[in-house]
Parts: sequence; structure tokens; C-alpha cells
Amino acid sequence: MEVPYTVDERPDTGVYNAKLGVWLFLASEVMLFGGLFSAYVFLRLGAPTGAFHEWGQELNIPLATLNTMILISSSMTMVMSWASLKMNDFKKYKLYMALTLVCALCFLVIKYLEYSAKIHHHIYPSTNTFYAIYFTLTGLHGLHIIGGMVVLFYLWGPGSKMWNSKPEQFTNRIEIVGLYWHFVDLVWIFLFPILYLL
Amino acid sequence: MNAHSHHEESFFRKYIWSTDHKIIGLQYGITALFFLMVGFFLMMVMRWQLAYPETPIPFVGSLFGEDGILLPEIYNSLGAMHGTIMIFLGVVPLAVGAFGNYLVPLQIGAPDMAFPKLNATSYWSYFIGGVIMMGSFFSEEGAARSGWTSYPPLADIEVGQTIWLIGMVFLITSSLLGSINIITTIVQLRAPGLTWSRLPFFVWTQLITSFLLVLAFPPLEAAAVLQLMDRVASTSFFLPSGLVISGEALTVSGGGSPLLWQHLFWFLAHPEVYVLILPAMGIVSEIIANNTRKPLWGYNSLVYSGIFLGFMSFVVWAHHMFLTGMGTAMSSFFQITTMIISIPSVIILSALLISLWGASIRFNTPMLFALAFLPMFGIGGLTGLPLGIAASDIFLHDTYYVIGHFHYVVAPGTIFALFAGIYFWYPKITGRKMNERLGQLHFWPSLLFMNGIFMPMFIQGLAGVSRRLWDGGLEYAHAAGVLQWNEFMSVSAWLLGISQIPFIINVFYSLKSGEKVDNNPWQATTLEWVAPSPPLPHVNFETFPEVHREAYEYSVPGRKRDFTPQTEPKKR
Amino acid sequence: MSSGHDVDIQSHIKVYMIVFASLAVLTIVTVAASYLELSSGEAMFLALVIASVKGSLVACFFMHLISEKAFITWVLMLTAGFFFVLMFLPLATYIDQAQIG
Repeated sequence: MEVPYTVDERPDTGVYNAKLGVWLFLASEVMLFGGLFSAYVFLRLGAPTGAFHEWGQELNIPLATLNTMILISSSMTMVMSWASLKMNDFKKYKLYMALTLVCALCFLVIKYLEYSAKIHHHIYPSTNTFYAIYFTLTGLHGLHIIGGMVVLFYLWGPGSKMWNSKPEQFTNRIEIVGLYWHFVDLVWIFLFPILYLL
Repeated sequence: MNAHSHHEESFFRKYIWSTDHKIIGLQYGITALFFLMVGFFLMMVMRWQLAYPETPIPFVGSLFGEDGILLPEIYNSLGAMHGTIMIFLGVVPLAVGAFGNYLVPLQIGAPDMAFPKLNATSYWSYFIGGVIMMGSFFSEEGAARSGWTSYPPLADIEVGQTIWLIGMVFLITSSLLGSINIITTIVQLRAPGLTWSRLPFFVWTQLITSFLLVLAFPPLEAAAVLQLMDRVASTSFFLPSGLVISGEALTVSGGGSPLLWQHLFWFLAHPEVYVLILPAMGIVSEIIANNTRKPLWGYNSLVYSGIFLGFMSFVVWAHHMFLTGMGTAMSSFFQITTMIISIPSVIILSALLISLWGASIRFNTPMLFALAFLPMFGIGGLTGLPLGIAASDIFLHDTYYVIGHFHYVVAPGTIFALFAGIYFWYPKITGRKMNERLGQLHFWPSLLFMNGIFMPMFIQGLAGVSRRLWDGGLEYAHAAGVLQWNEFMSVSAWLLGISQIPFIINVFYSLKSGEKVDNNPWQATTLEWVAPSPPLPHVNFETFPEVHREAYEYSVPGRKRDFTPQTEPKKR
Repeated sequence: MSSGHDVDIQSHIKVYMIVFASLAVLTIVTVAASYLELSSGEAMFLALVIASVKGSLVACFFMHLISEKAFITWVLMLTAGFFFVLMFLPLATYIDQAQIG
């Protein structure tokens, strides 16, 4: 007997296994970023009054706003790529998934520009506690984007062959990876105002 | 039913990169038992120094210093690694990785875990973490020596921490993946008819434990990243301003908070202790039900208490921080939550004790260990109370009292439960029973010597002897009256070590010469006993079980047998 | 499950479009709000409120949480609870520090 409910939903819980698995994973990620946000609160309180706000003035708000728009767009294209599969449109799926990857790449490029500008001005994580938490939070977030991109690329490229043999399972995979991707967008939605605007 | 043609798996696929939860469970078990031995060995060396300060350690002395005498720094290393290895490489992998992985699918009537490949990944992540941790002993700087708690500022600057932190990241990853697997498996793969109220208590404990791991570990992972940044990128997450070390001011930005680490660390580490105890409670419950030939008393109380315990475990952590300058409001808050959390523990212990009332007890080896768990856990739990009360904790914090308290819960507590589980489920895993006589030879001395090691710690702690002192308090006048216990405890420790030999012999001897058994040698009710001994590779069961009954239908009046398996249909 | 719910999906796509537009607008609002003359506490509160609205839109509609099964929503509520514990309790201990001298 194979492991049941890998594709079909279990009647009483209403979910298939990977759906529950990925939500549990995202719950753990909420706590991971939560730990870092908690650190932010503690460090901000421990810094001289107004210091965090002042140190944060060096950050590039327009670039970060653009990045926020880019990531929101990538969330849109991500959910559209899944919806395309639900409507049996594999070509559209490839298109939207490619757009998602492009958005992600743009995000990383802008991030790279931001980081290199900081470093050029001799601003490092070691400069003060604000930049310590800024680089760590955005860095960890960036690593999550990279990790996501690897999986997305696989599912756009070699992994997409599964559509021919097991379309339902493949669609589920896109749903699962989409959930992860939206979560990464969600984290940024909080990171952006907290780090750049406050 | 899938007439799954069993293709010949290579040795590698069958035993190394296996996706069969039973093999993975055994991999966890064997690795964890090895690490428990290593951790024990480290402690035996430490206890030589405590008993006979600054004398050469026999046999292995050359490993620790030119003249065989343990240096204070090395003592601290052994201490930090003993704790780390026992908790993260020993007990949790055994209790959750081994017992959880092996038994959960069987007890819920499933062919495997929900994510078999993820399961294999969890094991190998643990293995790599273990190699890194052990590897730290051989690095140039040596192993970590800032306590298993890794407090900054010391841990930010002390040797051995970077490797420790990297090892922890692998271990935490392993735990996270494993617990996601266990929760999904229990929720999704229960056999038809296995409702929540029919779930064996062991499965409940694994479910709750996994929730604790999934939600509490990530903040420690975050903290580990921050400490790594402090060490590698010169950040000051945990370094306050104005820190001076050996007369030199640190050239870092400062502005950080050592307390931040403590919050993030204990946010995990408190639930972690419930991770250590819950599976043990689960194991003991199964064995007690089976060997009393009675249903567990208060199944609902057990389950609700377990859930409440899990929930409360997230809001008590700062009782480890009573001496950090918290005000009275927050100290009271954490004191109150800590007192409240003792209630579900007491309910669980009481339910298990009441389960013995009027029972026909079979005093086999697993039952002996399970029975001993009860008073040992009782002592451990009770000695936690003065630690949870802020006022008394002021005197007892960081003394041997604390060490006595937590060792009672984990050593003659959890580890006894794990031994019980090994004796109990060995027949299921191997198809043979372990030898009873060797079991008794293992049990009685172990019980005696466990108490010999840990009971005097309360005496020393109450006298004010601090923990983590390489000379066991020799330098301090207030310790003078209780120092003589050091030798007593050390001798008990070495004798405890020797008492494990019958167990080790038994494990190997019984593989070949143990009494052969059928699928249900203990006449038990739960689903794992429906499968053959050992269960079939990959699929476990010959035909898939359907559940019709609650978990502990023992000695039901009017029936021929004194037990009814969960799979037996109800007559209309 | 995926037995051709084409009609369903079409209405979903409409929702996605609306959510996307809202998110874009709210991003502008977020930045605009940062130019208001507010105390740091008020600014923080406002920023978090707007971010929470945006986050809820992503969670409820892009991540389908609004129609998700009970078990999953329970797990997430539990997580949210502990997230707040992690946010506020350390903060509370910081505020309630014993005053020396």
C-alpha cells in the first residue's frame, strides 16, 4: 500500500498531505522571522531614543518601494501560474512562472544594488545594531528568495514534465510552492515599513 | 490493495538512504544510543575530576592533558558538550526520531510516514549535525565550552562556538522536518476508524511534542544565526556597549543585549524539556496499560493535560531568567505560569499512578523501568517547584540543586522510560524478546546508582555549591561541609556505567538467541501488535487495519480474553 | 479536486486582480503615511496596521486561507498566538526591569 492522500484529499481533514506539511513549515517560518522581529524590538529599545530611526535614514526608500511592488507582482504571477494549471493551460503556466522568476531576479538585483551601495559607504552589519538586524533580516529573506527561485526554476523547467504524466500532482506542487512564495512576499510586506519607514 | 512487486533494493537503498520509517527509526535509535554513550563517557571523566581534583584520569587521561589532569577549560568543554550531546544528539533523537518514527505509523495503521523522503533527510541532517558536533572536539580550538546554553557575551567570543552553532543549525533543521512529518502523518494517515479518542496516548504525546518542536525551535535557529553573525561578522546583537575583556575594550559597535539571547534561547529550551518528557510519558503509559491488564485511568485527563502542558510550555520560559533583573510584575507572571504548568504534570502522574490501583501487575523488565519512572519523575517534578518560585530560586539558581532537579526528570525519568520502551518494543522490531534476567541485572543497579548520583546534588545545591565549577566547589568555604558527596556521586556514576553492560550484552545477545515471538507477545491492544514481528518492509501490515475500538480494552468484563485488539469488530 | 472547476477559477482570478490592485495602492499608502508627522509609537502602530491589512489580503486570497480547512486555520491561530508571545513577553520584561538606584 502506498502512502495515501498524496494527491487526493483526506475526507475528514479536507487536505492532501503536502498542503498540511507546507502550512506547518510556514508556521515554523513565522516563528523564525518572529525571533528576528523580536530581536529588532529588543535592539531598538536598547538603542538611544531615535537612533534606529536616524540610522535608517540612510536606506533607499524608493528602491525598496519598487522592490515591494515587484514582489507583490510576483505573488500575483505565482497565483496566476497555479490558476492556469487549474484551467489546463500549460503554456500560460510557463509564462506566469517565468514572470515570477523574472520578478524574483529583479528583486535580488535591486537588493544587490542596495547592499553594494551600503558597503561602498562603509556601512556594514557591524556598524551598529540597526544595520546588524537590517542586513540579517533582509539577508535571510533574500536567502529565502534564492531558495524559492531554485525550486521555481526546477518546476518551470525539468520538473514541469510531470504535467504530462501526473497533472493533478503537479498542480498541487505548484500550489504548495506558491504558498511558500506568498509567505516570502508576506514577510517583506512587514519588513519594508519596519526597516525602511520607521 | 497494491500487489506491490518488491523490487530488489541495493544495500545502499535498503539500509543507508532508506525511506522506510522503520529503518530510519532504527538509524536514529542506534546513532542516538551511541551519542548517549559518548555523553555518558564525558560525564564519567568530569566526575573523576570532581571526586579527585587535579589527579590524573586513569586509562584515558592522555586524551585530556599531557599529565592526564583535566584542565578547567577542558572541564568546561566536557560540561557544555555533555549537555548538548545528551539533549540534542541523544535523548530527543531517541525519544522522537527513533520511537516516534518507528512506532507512530504502526500505531495508527499506516504504511509509512507522510513524507518518507523528508524523513530520510531529517535523519541525515541529524547525522551531519552530530558529526559536526563531534568534529569540534578535534578542531584546533576545541569543542564549545560556554555551556549548552551558550550565553553571550562569553559565547560570542569563546572558542568552539562557531562549530557548535553550525552543528545546531543542522540539528534544528532535522527536528523541524521530522516534526512536520509526524504531525502530518498523525493527522492524515490514521487508519479508518481511528478517531482522536481512540488514539493511543503515545501517539498523542508524539503529536504534542512535534508541535512544540515546530513552533519553538525556530527562534533558537534565529538566535543561532545572530550569534554566528556576532562571531563571524562582528555584529553586536548580544554584545553590550563598553565591554572590556582582559583589560581591552572590544572594538565592536556595542548596543546589543545578552538578555536577548536568553529570551530567544529559553523560548525554545523550555518547551524542549517537555519534548524530553512527553514521549517518555507516552511510552510509560503504553507499558503500564499493557502490564496492568487494565485501561489507563483518565484517558481524557491525560490527553487534555498533555495538550494544556504543551500550550503552557510556551509561556513559562523566563523562570530560567529570574536573576536577570526582571521586575516584580514579570517575575510574578512567569512564576504564576510555572506554578500552573505543574498541574497538568501532576494530573498525568496521578493518572498513571491510579492506573496501578487494583491491577494484575506483570513485573517484567519494561514494567520495572516504567514503574520506576513514576517516583523518579515525581522527585524531579517536585524539586522543580522551589526553582519555579522566584524567591527561592534566588538561592537555588545555578547551583547543584538545579542539576539534581533536571537530571532526575531526564535520567531516571526519561531515560528509564526509553529503556522501558526498548525492552517493550524490541520483540516487535526484531521478532525476539530480550532476556529477562539480564534485564533485571540492568534495572536494579541502575535505579540504585541513579539515585546515588543525583540525590546528593540537592544537598550540595542547598548548601550553595554552584554548577559548572571544575573543582566541584573546593575553593569555596560554604561548600566545605558537602564536598565529601563528590566522591560518592562519582563512584555511583561509574557503577551506573558498569550497570549498563548487561543491557548492551542483552541487545546483541537477544538478536540471535532471544525467545522468538509472534506478532503479539505482550497480548497488547494497539495496532503495532497486529503487524508481524518485525513488520513488513515498507508496507508494515499484511492487510490494512480497520479500527473499531478504543486503545486500552483490557480485562473488559464478560470477555474470554483479558484484552481486545483495537481492530476487532464490535458484534452487533 | 481539480475536476475542471473552470468557472470557479475565473471568479477567483477576478479576486486576484482586485487584491493585486489593493496591495499596490496600500503600498503607496504605506510610504505616504511615513511622511505624516506622527510620534514614533503612532507611526509604528499605523505602519503595522497597514502591513497587517496587506498581509491579510495575501494570506486570505493569494494563499486561499479564507476558504481553508479548519485544522489549518487552527494551527495558524496557535502560531499567531505564540508569535505574539514571542513579540510581547520579552518586551514586557524589558519594560518591567528592576530599577537600580
